[in-house]
Amino acid sequence: MKGLVVERSLPRFAAARLLSSLGGSGTSAAVGPLRLTDLDAPALPAPGWHRVRPLLAGICGSDLATLDGRSSRYFEDVVSFPFVPGHEVVGVVEEDPADQAGADDGPLAPGTRVVVEPVLGCTARGIEPPCPACAERRVGGCERVAFGHIAPGLQIGFCADTGGGWSHAGLVAHGTQLHRVPDSLSDDDAVMVEPTACAVHAALAGGVEPGDTVAVLGGGTVGLTTTAALRQLATPGALLVGAKYPHQRELAGELGADLAVTPAQLARAVRRRSRSLTTSGHLTGGADVVVDCVGSADSLAQSLAIVRPRGRVVLVGMPGRVSLDLAPLWHREVSLAGAYAYGTERSGRSVRRTFDIAMEVVAAARLGRLVSARYPLERFEEAVAHAGAAGRRGAVKVVFEMHPHRRKGPS
Amino acid sequence: MSPRPGFVLEVDRSTPPTLFWHGESFRLERLPTGSRVLYPPEPIEAAADPVGAIRHALLHPLGDAEPLPALLRPGMRLTIAFDDVSLPLPPMRSPDARQLVIEQVLDLAAEAGVDDVVLICALALHRRLTEAELRHAVGDRVYDAFEPHGLLQQHDAEDPDNLIHLGLTDHGEDVEINKRAATSDLLVYVNINLVAMDGGHKSVATGLASYRSLRHHHNAKTMQHSRSFMDQHRSELHSSNWRMGRLIADAGVKVFQIETNLNTDTFPPQLRFLERREWEWSGRDRAAFLATSAALARTPDRLARSIFHSVRSPYRITSVQAGEVEAVHARTTENVYAQQLVAVDGQTDILTLGLPYICPYNVNSIMNPILVACLGLGYFFNMYRGRPLVREGGVVIMSHPTPWAFHPGHHPSYIDFFEQVLAETTDPAEVGKYEEAYATDPWYVHLYRTGNAYHGVHPFYMWYWCAHALEHLGGVIIVGGDRAAVRRLGFTPASTMADALEMAGDIVGRDPSLTHLHSPPLLMADVS
Repeated sequence: MKGLVVERSLPRFAAARLLSSLGGSGTSAAVGPLRLTDLDAPALPAPGWHRVRPLLAGICGSDLATLDGRSSRYFEDVVSFPFVPGHEVVGVVEEDPADQAGADDGPLAPGTRVVVEPVLGCTARGIEPPCPACAERRVGGCERVAFGHIAPGLQIGFCADTGGGWSHAGLVAHGTQLHRVPDSLSDDDAVMVEPTACAVHAALAGGVEPGDTVAVLGGGTVGLTTTAALRQLATPGALLVGAKYPHQRELAGELGADLAVTPAQLARAVRRRSRSLTTSGHLTGGADVVVDCVGSADSLAQSLAIVRPRGRVVLVGMPGRVSLDLAPLWHREVSLAGAYAYGTERSGRSVRRTFDIAMEVVAAARLGRLVSARYPLERFEEAVAHAGAAGRRGAVKVVFEMHPHRRKGPS
Repeated sequence: MSPRPGFVLEVDRSTPPTLFWHGESFRLERLPTGSRVLYPPEPIEAAADPVGAIRHALLHPLGDAEPLPALLRPGMRLTIAFDDVSLPLPPMRSPDARQLVIEQVLDLAAEAGVDDVVLICALALHRRLTEAELRHAVGDRVYDAFEPHGLLQQHDAEDPDNLIHLGLTDHGEDVEINKRAATSDLLVYVNINLVAMDGGHKSVATGLASYRSLRHHHNAKTMQHSRSFMDQHRSELHSSNWRMGRLIADAGVKVFQIETNLNTDTFPPQLRFLERREWEWSGRDRAAFLATSAALARTPDRLARSIFHSVRSPYRITSVQAGEVEAVHARTTENVYAQQLVAVDGQTDILTLGLPYICPYNVNSIMNPILVACLGLGYFFNMYRGRPLVREGGVVIMSHPTPWAFHPGHHPSYIDFFEQVLAETTDPAEVGKYEEAYATDPWYVHLYRTGNAYHGVHPFYMWYWCAHALEHLGGVIIVGGDRAAVRRLGFTPASTMADALEMAGDIVGRDPSLTHLHSPPLLMADVS
């Protein structure tokens, strides 16, 4: 069956990096490390695993970074080649595993529609006892992502043994990684659950207090889902979003931003709200919390310029190597926190899985609306180019559609 | 030969294209047959001896006032306030009228042995002048004698230590003005009267006031009830200022008002074609127009702006009045009307305006979109007496590039106003809900007090200035403007005058009447 594979090919990565630096993200698919090939279905690594046939699989910013050859070398040891990309997946359980194990909430019958929680933590890797993070089901913080009975890989979609969403051959996932999709969610909604879970984790990591001024940098998928999550899970006094493109600003407003402006206007909007003065391009006051959904040197610098002293910057957009003046961080005692993936979220004594919260956010905000375009695998070059230029082309989330006839719910 | 009065031309097939200002450039537009073009009167004769005219005015005051020498004595506190950089437009060639007047006043003060003299630029909530601008206004001799000693000051409407609350008018309006001025034994106000709105009690009650005081008449409601604010007898803006001015007098502040009239000799010789009627252009005028237009077409915007802002007008003083405020201003207003009024028979469906590169609030700066709106709908629309030139429900078509551009040092709060307030509403009454936040924003206050920024509330005032027009008109179209900026203003962009006329026709009906205000030089329509 056809599927897309990323191979470890330094010349191809180099060519992709060169071409994408000239033509923009997503323009190097023809020469990069991604190729369409015939694949066998991945083997079930152990009892408790399931085969999942993808219905929709999203193209994420981290996928694009890989295909553009821009990914940080930090990830080299937590990825195994060749791998099938695709970690934002809604699919269908194909067959019962031998031991009839199911998801956390019971057996998974064939045909059950699920979304995949792709992080490969200790349980999926068969590691006992689990690391401290996995013991608390904070799989995003797993300390063993390069170990256990499967090949290294942060997530399904970056692991040689599991397959990924960009393949008709399907993927394998441990039962604890699968979440049933209620009938009330369309496939479009469901494919947004994984990125929304990241957003939920980030929104809660911000520690937003009631009345806080919160600024979100970025109007792509991460920025918009984070905006929705902040609006639904916190009570900011003002939620300000800096987004580059008009459709992004419009969506940000629909998802709960009090004000959505261009990135160049965001600092002024935060200044007005905080009634700050300005010195050396930095606000003297600023936002209580800044959520950086871009992850570039510019966005980080802007985050530090608009956060208040002792405020918090949450970095959600995946960064690479950046050059940054950290003097304001030091001088203003700003906290800079990363927010990767998901797991569980604590609120008082209650602990909930991030994906469960994300399902609620997706449903309430109707985030399936962010799916802008669907492509068959065979048109992967166009799909990747579209995703790389999503903002310019008026899109947000671009997905691969694996089984068009199975698509469920309104698009 | 005596100067010709204003003229209303009816366009026919033989009429040459009409010159429109278009920011830092010009357009030639062929207006429909039957359109009217209002041309300003020619500049009236200047005073042959301006210094002598000033001296005469100081020694022969109007109204219930003594000659200035009689008001001066040793040991007294004398404050001389003067109009800021917003007047005249373009800035006049040196010596500026203010310099000539101030030098005369200072000479008399010196003769009388007055040694406690402070000069204050009455800038209200306008930006502080630069050293070059101050030198131009008062002259090097005065600047060098006063500024190094802290005796040449700029009014600071945010300095609580130098403001004094004189009371409330019978309409409950706070009157709070500059303390030094109010507590002096004599306040001499040196005014330049370019349009009928200027001067009178507005000089002190506005020019030396605080936000607390100004908010009573700088608001949408007042401006909607000022029809027009160029006609002080039908202007609520002036009624409020007059109430305040009288309270200031009743509070014991002795004001000696000096007002100067300028003629409308607005442009230097190389731009003289701007003052001529197109069918009377000489070969030299045509050549100057073509050369100027061709050069501007190849000049980067920034350089073109710089060139135009270096223009110094050959304005000449035509008369000087001094003495009691109201008596002085009555005479001044007569003189303004004598220079600028043009009788116009009836209103029009469509009023066209060519907007120049300058308005009172962008001297040496950028004409941002808010100022474009204010110049067209605030100033030019209100250049009428009797009835507006354009009928109720009519359309104003303005020609201006209207760039989405702001001077960050001069107009910081304008940027926010444009990005935040106008994005939400363009209704002058509704924008007021943001006014307090802008007026008290500490960053704007800081920039106003220490930099060269207009006060945070100033863009609101610009928008209020448009309130009467916005209430009156059925539509506003800008030809050749940045489309996004024009839309943000709530107006309709058009690429060409022909397109604009077609759009206007959808509002006012087919075969509309059209009137073009051929200005500047300034003219005021006396509409029957």
